[in-house]
Amino acid sequence: MSVDAATVRRIAHLARIAVSEGEVPHLQGELNAMLAFVEQLSEVDVEGVEPMTSVTPMQMKKRQDLVNDGEIADDIVANAPATEGHFFLVPKVVE
Amino acid sequence: MTDLTSLTLAEARKGLAAKTFTSLELTDAHLNAIEAARVLNAFVMETPDQARTMAREADARIGKGDAGPLAGIPLGIKDLFATKGVRTTACSKILGNFVPTYESTITSQLWRDGAVMLGKLNNDEFAMGSSNETSCFGPVGNPWRRDGSNATLVPGGSSGGSASAVAALLCMGATATDTGGSIRQPAAFTATVGIKPTYGRCSRWGIVAFASSLDQAGPIARSTRDAAMLLRSMAGHDPKDTTSVDMPVPDYEAAIGKSVKGMKIGIPREYRLDGMPAEIEKLWEAGAAWLKAAGAELVEVSLPHTKYALPAYYIVAPAEASSNLARYDGVRYGLREQGRNINELYENTRAEGFGAEVKRRVMIGTYVLSAGYYDAYYLRAQKVRTLIKKDFEDCFAKGVDAILTPATPSAAFGIGEKGGADPVEMYLNDIFTVTVNMAGLPGIAVPAGTDAQGLPLGLQLIGRPFDEDTLFSLGEVIEQAAGRFTPAKWW
Repeated sequence: MSVDAATVRRIAHLARIAVSEGEVPHLQGELNAMLAFVEQLSEVDVEGVEPMTSVTPMQMKKRQDLVNDGEIADDIVANAPATEGHFFLVPKVVE
Repeated sequence: MTDLTSLTLAEARKGLAAKTFTSLELTDAHLNAIEAARVLNAFVMETPDQARTMAREADARIGKGDAGPLAGIPLGIKDLFATKGVRTTACSKILGNFVPTYESTITSQLWRDGAVMLGKLNNDEFAMGSSNETSCFGPVGNPWRRDGSNATLVPGGSSGGSASAVAALLCMGATATDTGGSIRQPAAFTATVGIKPTYGRCSRWGIVAFASSLDQAGPIARSTRDAAMLLRSMAGHDPKDTTSVDMPVPDYEAAIGKSVKGMKIGIPREYRLDGMPAEIEKLWEAGAAWLKAAGAELVEVSLPHTKYALPAYYIVAPAEASSNLARYDGVRYGLREQGRNINELYENTRAEGFGAEVKRRVMIGTYVLSAGYYDAYYLRAQKVRTLIKKDFEDCFAKGVDAILTPATPSAAFGIGEKGGADPVEMYLNDIFTVTVNMAGLPGIAVPAGTDAQGLPLGLQLIGRPFDEDTLFSLGEVIEQAAGRFTPAKWW
């Protein structure tokens, strides 16, 4: 399988990465090189094989349903590029 | 006192305990070495004030006789580990001036045991790379150069700063992380020892995530004993990482020097690649001979799905990365590029903040997870991963204790030499190491020799899950037989 220019633009949008028209052919070439490389997986017989979900054979640990952290709003917003009080600022989302 | 930097960690521990020198003296010697080695670009942030404060505290504890196992030992920390109050960037522009308000579990355990932080080490952006050339702070120089050449070589990656700093005697050991070979490949390129423990052995909490089902932290050091000492402090159960395993941490150092007599060592025939340099083949044979001389038994084994590990990795790892890196949105932390609306803000921020390799991987990951392609790519790759793991299980079920392979298909290469035209050329560096991440197993790289140009080459030992001890015992046999390798100082 390979991707065309329209697909490259669609993936870039899904990934929320702005891509200029000039970058598309280059990215298309690179993505197709990667897809050509992984193509060899199609020759593996995976009939009846379970997909891996956990590499270590252990039961997922569960925590008690308790509040054990919090009251750290100052920490949470400490590195934000734009804040007001304890809120993150973004461009207007709802008209 | 500059020769304090040439001590191993084990030797420094002895000198500190005997009060031959203080941690402050040891720390200052390393801070001076770092300053004199800035041309290597191994450190992206030096923290001399914090280092001296920590060293004084360690000296006080040593004086009072309640020193931890790493008391006063100066270390470098890969910039992927969150360090409270100290800028942490994963060497990406998108994290900008991110200053964590928390400490990663692994580094907090190192400080608990008395270690001293010298600074933060360079790495490939988000640990995506095999040469440390994708860092937003620029490439790292390998202290090793080809005989008779002044060309600067890469130290490998992604833990290139860690490997370079340890090899150049800038720190006594370093933290590193390994998703497809990022501890073992740079260790092999710099004649240092690097171990990627079993998945779940070390907590991932507070480490910038790349591919969560593959990421695992470990140490890079100058000897197997030093690596064992560091891993003991780094490993352990952490309730904050649900994939961390609740098992006691053994005293890995006790495995150093333990007999390997009667151990069964597998030599996998699939790792004998067409066109593999004769030197690597020779090194592999030498390693096998050393283990045999120490009483181990060699057996040929087969890991039939080996060749599919790298392509499966280049689906699984980018898929997980595309999900993990969705958090860099220009809103909560790091870089922000304005846009007319929220979507443009996201797109402009991520276009400006991510480097070319990261964008490529996020995009391929987005593609293989997108509607209509998930089954063909991602699901198939996860099935192949099950088969890769089964290959190893079958091999261990036959009584094999560990598997011996080359660590890398070549020695270190020059900056800008690889991957320019085709990204896959760079990816092939991890061909011997990536299988281990796919199967969640422990793997150690140990220096074993040099090539015709005088560059170091390493061997890899792969162990059963949570049997790092055996890797340390076997690694020590190779270290004793091969000897130590130190680069000639040019910086």
